[in-house]
This record gives sequence, C-alpha cells and structure tokens, in this order.
Amino acid sequence: MRIAIVDESEMRASIIEDGLADLPDCEIFVITQRLGLMARMDEIQPDVVLIDLGNPSRDVLEEYFAVSRALAKPIAMFVDESDDDAIAASIDAGVSAYVVDGLSTGRIRPLVDVAVRRFNAFSRMQSDLAEARGQLAERENIDRAKRLLMNSKGLSEPEAYKELRSQAMRSSKRIAEVAEALVMAQELLGGAA
Amino acid sequence: MTDRLTIGFLPLVDAALPILAKEHGFAEDVGLDLEFLRDVSWATVLDRLLYGHADAAHLLAPLAIATTLGIGRPARPLSVPFVLGLNGNAITVSNDLADKLQPEGGLGNAEEVGKRLADVVASSDRRLCFGVVHRHSSHNYMLRYWLAACGIRPDRDIDIVTVAPPFAADALESGEVDGICVGEPWNSVAVERGVGRIVLTTAQIWRRGVEKVLAVPTAKLEEKRDAFERLIVAMRRAGEHFVDPANWETNAEILARPEYVGADPALILHAISDRLRLQQGGELIHYPDFMFQFREAANFPWVSQAGWLYAQMMRWEGRGFDREASEKAMAVFRPDIYRAALSGRDSPLPGASSKVEGGIASPLGVSAQQGRLVLSPDNFFDGKTFDPERLESYLASLDQ
Repeated sequence: MRIAIVDESEMRASIIEDGLADLPDCEIFVITQRLGLMARMDEIQPDVVLIDLGNPSRDVLEEYFAVSRALAKPIAMFVDESDDDAIAASIDAGVSAYVVDGLSTGRIRPLVDVAVRRFNAFSRMQSDLAEARGQLAERENIDRAKRLLMNSKGLSEPEAYKELRSQAMRSSKRIAEVAEALVMAQELLGGAA
Repeated sequence: MTDRLTIGFLPLVDAALPILAKEHGFAEDVGLDLEFLRDVSWATVLDRLLYGHADAAHLLAPLAIATTLGIGRPARPLSVPFVLGLNGNAITVSNDLADKLQPEGGLGNAEEVGKRLADVVASSDRRLCFGVVHRHSSHNYMLRYWLAACGIRPDRDIDIVTVAPPFAADALESGEVDGICVGEPWNSVAVERGVGRIVLTTAQIWRRGVEKVLAVPTAKLEEKRDAFERLIVAMRRAGEHFVDPANWETNAEILARPEYVGADPALILHAISDRLRLQQGGELIHYPDFMFQFREAANFPWVSQAGWLYAQMMRWEGRGFDREASEKAMAVFRPDIYRAALSGRDSPLPGASSKVEGGIASPLGVSAQQGRLVLSPDNFFDGKTFDPERLESYLASLDQ
C-alpha cells in the first residue's frame, strides 16, 4: 500500500511516518512542501493520503481527486461511509484520510488508527512543550525579581523570596505573577534587572 | 439562559455578520454566546461542521447543496436559513492579460472584456488557466457562466483550477494562473502587490448573485431551532450595523483582527464600503453593488437562488437533470426558518419564496408578507433569466 503523508509540519509528518513504518506492506512518502503537491501526487500514485486539517491545500487536493485523469485509481473521501466513528476520531485528532475507492476497511482502519494516535500524541507533546517553556519563563522571572529585591532592598535570597511570597498571598496571586509584574515594572521604569 | 453556538468560518470579509453580531453584543442581547472556529480550507470547515465541532458554518452556498446531494462525498443534509451576503467577489488577471482585456483601465464591461478574452484564447499558443476558490463555489459558477456566454468553453478552451484564497496572489505572480476569481481581501492583496489588476466584479455578471450562507446540519437546526432563530435576529441587526457608513471603520478594525480575517484593515474597509483599487497605485473606485448586504432582503434564502446554483452544478459536472435531486437542492434553502425568526420584527419579508432570477429590470415593489420591499435590478449580464419552475428547459437551453 502506498501512503502519502501531506503535512507542512516536518516534525509531525516524521512522527506519523515513524508510526506507520511498523505496519506491514506499506510504502510511505512524506510531502511537506505546498508547491508542486499535485505533481508529487502524480509521481507517487498513492492508495491512501493522510493530510492535516490545518493544511490550506485540502480544497486543492479534493479538486484534484475529483477531476484528475492522471490518477488511474479514483480516490474516495475518507475511509468508508459506514466507518463513521473512525472518521469522527480522525477529525477530532486533526487529520483527514483519503483512500482509493475499493480498498477494504480492514486494511485501512489500522492505518487510520495509527495516524490518529500519532496526531494525538503530537498535540500532547506540543502542549507539554508549551507548558515546559512556560515553567522555564516563570522560573526566570522569579529569579530576576529576587535579584531586584536583593539589590534594591539589600535582602538575602531567602528574604527576597519570602517578600515575593507574602505579596502574592496578600494579593491572592501566584508568586510567578507577582514576579512578572515586578520585572515588567522595572523594565518600564528603565532599570536593569 | 444563554445558548452557546460555535460557528466555523474561513478568513474572508463576508464572514462579517456572525462576527459583528458577537462583537457588538447583538448575540448576547438575544441570549446567545457565539464562539468561532477559524480554518484555512473549506474542506476543514465542512468536516468540523459535519462532525460536530461547529454548530453552523460560514459556507459556500453551492458546497451546502453539493454536500446535501452527496456530490464528492457521502451525502449529509444541510440547511441554509440565512444568506450571509450577495456577491463581493472579483476577477483579477495578470498585468499582461489586463492590458489586453481592459487596455483603457478601470472596471470593464462584462460583455466587452469577455469578447476580448475570447480573442486572446483563440490566438494564444497555450491554454489559459483561471483559479477559483472551490469547485463548488459561486466563484466557479459565475466565472463559467460568463466565459460560456462569451463563447469560451471552460475545460475545453480554458482550464479552471482550485486555488486557496490566501495563495491566489502567489499563483498569479508565479504564472501558475492567468486570472483568479476570489473574494476580498484577496483581489486587493494581489493588486497591492502589483501582480494583477481587477477587471470585473462578479456583480457585473449577476447583479444579485448569492454568495456565502450560514449552513447548519439539518438535524442540528431542528434540535436547536430556537437558538438559530435568535441568531438570525442578531445577524440582521449586525447587517444593519454593517451597512451604516458611520460604522465602517470600527467594523473594518474588528474584522481585521488576527482571530478573524487577519488582514490589513484598510483593505477590509475598501471591501465593506464597496470601494476597490483596481491597479497598484490607482485611484479608488466606488461600485455600489460590489458586496450587497442587508438591504432588499439580501439575507433572505430565495429557493430560486438555490435552483440556479443547482442548475450550474449539473451543467458543469456533466450530470443530467433529475427532478428529485433538484427538489432536494432547492429545499436546502429554508425561507420558512428565516420567516419564523423575523416574523413580527422590523425586517421586510417577501410574500414569495422563489422568484425569476434576473427578471427585474428596474426597481420593483414586490408583495410582502411584512414591511415594504422594493427590489433593484438583479440581471445577468447576458440578459437571460432563470425560472426555477422551468429548470429542466433552462438546462436544456444552455449550449453545454
């Protein structure tokens, strides 16, 4: 089975490719460029196309499937009309599958399942990454705020931290928010942290 | 009690009414909390609508019909209780081609530009190619209607391909296409970049052509009927706000935000005030019919408009007339819901639900169920009319 993965995110495409590599009898092609997409389709002659929902080329691709004489095999949307749950799961995950008409559900389902799991894993990874970045930024702000207090009020590090914490409690804010406000105020006033 | 409705849309100026209904508090006034889902392809807007991510969508009118009929994908019934606006699209061609089609500059005349294009097509040593936003779009059908009436047969004499609106200017610049038929702000983007000139607006092909609609899965419309009727009330108020020149700048600023259209507010302001810059560095021209909104019951889902779109779809998909399918297609437009929502309110309601499209030559007072209604000329550029009662013979009368 020839599978084309169309995704402008190279990282996500390779994560999906990696997942599909374990399936038997699959040849995988990854397309991350918008330009020349149709020419690549002609070359690849895929049996299945997986494309992310955020891809602006979807309408162009559907037009191509609908009218192209270059593709010897007609491509139908999605897996199968009867397999609505699989379609719903793939839409939820953010991926759409186009399949050559007549390919049995039994062969397609496992592949779509893998794509869905990989898409979901990728979004989790992205949000974990964003969270980790956020935590890092908070840590930095707290350190800068402590240094500001230590320099301007001559406090020790534990005292500076205590100061931040009590201000946070008084204003029912998080320590990171108080630190951020302090750092921002200092920047506005033109001082160096 | 507040009902929440999620609406899918593509970043285009004609998604304005639901957005403004939220931003100006008209939705809140009728107990609605609107949320928006922004996507970059119609396929994705449709997927999210059919699989429940969105309750309703800003959609191409023909795509709602094709989806109901099961053309291109398994059939899913959609209903259209409200038209989001008329026209608002233009034809922009490469600078080279514009010199041949409209050498004197300015907005052309559909018949003359078409004649000159036919000459270019006949003498060209390669096939010209035009881009439209979707095969099931009014852009595609209006462009094809115009070309065919000017003696240029689409798919034989000229190619028509799909181009995503944000890349329309790129496609013109790279020579991938010779012309595009898209909505705003994408024509203006191409003009500002100096890669093409606007030669015609679609309003010059069909003066009152139906454009985007609010599409709702039929089952969802029944389930949340009350909320959707209130949404119609809120969108009518948004329409009234939209056409008032005093609000243009504010509305352009709102629509320009990255979470909505995400484009230059100056270009959006041009579109909503019916002004266009046809070529880079040129003067702004005013074309009052460019994007027709609110007035003359512009939001009313005329069953005959659905009929016209169905006829074009059959014409270009090479399918024959099918009575059952034509009735199904026309039943996608739901004037009954529109009437129920606005009955007893300050909005004129036409007496009929269908009319002869292109049949109004001069302002005509029409019978109204409520209020007073005068309709302006709604002609097709070739003077033909479309009578939904005679759909089969209309199809037969077309040369292809």
